[in-house]
Amino acid sequence: MIPELGHFALALAVALAGAQGIIGLFGPNLRDARALIAAPLLAASQAAAVAVAMAALIWAGVVSDFTVENIADFSSSQVPLLFRISGVWGNHDGSILLWCLILALCGAAVAVAGRDLPASLRARVLGVLGLISAGFLLFTLTVSNPFTRIWPPPLDGAGVNPILQDPGLAFHPPVLYTGYVGFSVAFAFAVAALIEGRVDAAFGRWVRPWALVSWCFLTGGIALGSWWSYYTLGWGGYWFWDPVENAALLPWLTGTALVHCAIVVEKREALKAWTVLLAIATFSLSLTGTFLVRSGILNSVHSFAAAPDQGLFILVLLGLAIGGSLLLFAFRAPSLAGGGVYAPISRESALILNNIFLCAIAAVVFTGTLYPPFVDLLFGVQLSVGAPFFNQTALPLAAPLILAMAAGPLLPFKRADLAALFPRLALAAAAAGVVFLAFFANAHIIAGLGLAGGVWIIGGALTGLFRRRLTTLPRAVLGATLGHIGFGVSVLGIAGMTLAAQAVVVLAPGQSTQAGGLTWTLTGIHDAPGPNFTRRVADLTVDGLTLHPSRRFFAVQGTTTNDAAIHTNGFEDIFAVFADEPSGGAELRLAVHPLAPEIWLGGLIMALGGFLSLTDRRLRLGAPARRRA
Amino acid sequence: MRKPKTKRMYLLFACLLCFGAAVGLTLYGFSSSLTYFLSPRQVAAHAPPAGETFRLGGIVQTGSVRTTMNGQAPTTRFAVTDGQAAVQVVFTGVLPDLFREGQGVVAIGALGPDGTFAADEVLAKHGATYMPRDVAEDLAKSGKWNPAYGPPPTEGSL
Repeated sequence: MIPELGHFALALAVALAGAQGIIGLFGPNLRDARALIAAPLLAASQAAAVAVAMAALIWAGVVSDFTVENIADFSSSQVPLLFRISGVWGNHDGSILLWCLILALCGAAVAVAGRDLPASLRARVLGVLGLISAGFLLFTLTVSNPFTRIWPPPLDGAGVNPILQDPGLAFHPPVLYTGYVGFSVAFAFAVAALIEGRVDAAFGRWVRPWALVSWCFLTGGIALGSWWSYYTLGWGGYWFWDPVENAALLPWLTGTALVHCAIVVEKREALKAWTVLLAIATFSLSLTGTFLVRSGILNSVHSFAAAPDQGLFILVLLGLAIGGSLLLFAFRAPSLAGGGVYAPISRESALILNNIFLCAIAAVVFTGTLYPPFVDLLFGVQLSVGAPFFNQTALPLAAPLILAMAAGPLLPFKRADLAALFPRLALAAAAAGVVFLAFFANAHIIAGLGLAGGVWIIGGALTGLFRRRLTTLPRAVLGATLGHIGFGVSVLGIAGMTLAAQAVVVLAPGQSTQAGGLTWTLTGIHDAPGPNFTRRVADLTVDGLTLHPSRRFFAVQGTTTNDAAIHTNGFEDIFAVFADEPSGGAELRLAVHPLAPEIWLGGLIMALGGFLSLTDRRLRLGAPARRRA
Repeated sequence: MRKPKTKRMYLLFACLLCFGAAVGLTLYGFSSSLTYFLSPRQVAAHAPPAGETFRLGGIVQTGSVRTTMNGQAPTTRFAVTDGQAAVQVVFTGVLPDLFREGQGVVAIGALGPDGTFAADEVLAKHGATYMPRDVAEDLAKSGKWNPAYGPPPTEGSL
């Protein structure tokens, strides 16, 4: 009964979203006040309907209703409660429903938080969001319905994929999806502004908080995913340049560019067409990323939810959303003349430089990610573009970005003086130089360059705070500084990881080995129980610490997974994996990862910086139109 | 009106420079680090020169896996087959959890002077019934397996 209610709520949501789209887009032309009020109400009720559908599916998962095919295939009664709930979005149909729920909630958020917007703009924004919702809800309902029943029901479900039975599944997809989908609001603002033919400073002020919230979530989601794949062996460390990872990185790159260039629109009314294009591009990349991976066109190690038969529907939806918005842009962009004159050396130019480099990196990553499927399609040649390609192309482009990043925020708008800038950065440059020389002397050139880059960024960001009273600074400035510091911390972590030392050894109980300057002793191997698996635990002693890497055996799936043991002091991880148990001992992978925690700490700091910037007075006080008058 | 124009020229120049660099890096990257996917049959027909990195995909031949100890580090030797030819592979390190005889596998590495494939990395995806897509397509092409007729071939059939 409850799944049928969910199914019905899903169908209702399609109708509500369709109405929201049509009334929202065409209502403002009717000169009828009711049409303008209808769109927010429809957005709220659509969100409620999708939430009911999601709740019904979660309920079916919690009570293990195996007459629902989705639950029978991806859950089981032995799975702990947390994974009966989060397993709902650990598969294709459920994950698309989660995607739709977040999209609907974004619409509701615009309806509630957008009361200060001009009524016609708000209606059109909600209309665009409604049309996107309608398309993907229709896709969920017709092609990938999570409420399909089966008869007779199996006695027990097939269970969650053991690799996904991890707290990471509960947090990573919702946070990442909020980031992906949140950019739909910036996209809808851009399309609505193009329809109205009006892009001005107010547009920058409206669109920036939405873009910034999504950017924070996307940053957090990527950091969480990277951390998850780091502690789960077999997913290739913290970053693999896998298509799924690139799919998340691409909107992050253009989204970062968007967050920066919206500042120029807001303060100086320049770069308007470019900002609108970036808003369209960012959400288009989110859509492409999510669904190219889901449709099986891109081959990935992380995708658990491929459904190749549904590719065509998705491609048509993508074509309509992306092609339609770009066509509209092509028609309307020439009318968006930019204002604001500025010199080649100025904050505006620095922000443009940031955009050029971010987009160049995005273009390179995009090419590398989509080249293999195109070549396969056109010439039938199977090849792959791996990590070396991305390292060779993206890192040289990131280097000038890092160089410019410390200086940009120190430049004033309109016109700046380089001669006055250099002395201010002398301290940061000296610190970076010392770090580089220290590692250069030990022949760690790459690590030295990376660490110096990180120190340079952090130093540059701190220079901006020098001799300014922190309590009186606008929170937007503090947030931006924190964001830059976070990026610098991540750079430090990535550079530190190049110094990692690791060894693969087989030890019998009682034996010791040396790795990464530490002595590792295997003291014993024993069995331990688990909820729906049994564990085999190795006891390792490392210079007084004890680590317990284990192997988990899942009887239902007949699968084994490794549970890495990590000891961290905040600046260095001691990492042990119990890989196999050949006769006569335990096969262990032992590693020391310097500065590894900084990679994710940096991501967290970046996201916090974004949220801090959102609490700025300027963004909280609405009604910017009045101030402009 | 001179000022905006010079401004635009400078922007255009910066864009061209940066995207030129991006295109150049991409082409250089493609020329040096693209890796091709080859099946054992293709390796037997036209072996790539020793030292050139490629991806070798197929089924782990049943009964071919031998692990020896090289000091304290385990070294695994196995054969990858597509039913028509087999290539010997040597790998030192941790094999994926789902590495098994009779299962699909992709190994990344290069041929050594003796014709043995030295793998730097061995991939087997998570999921007991998983077959790497490249391998599935290749097996289907060589007529050894049609995905429509049940699971991939195992021991006896190869």
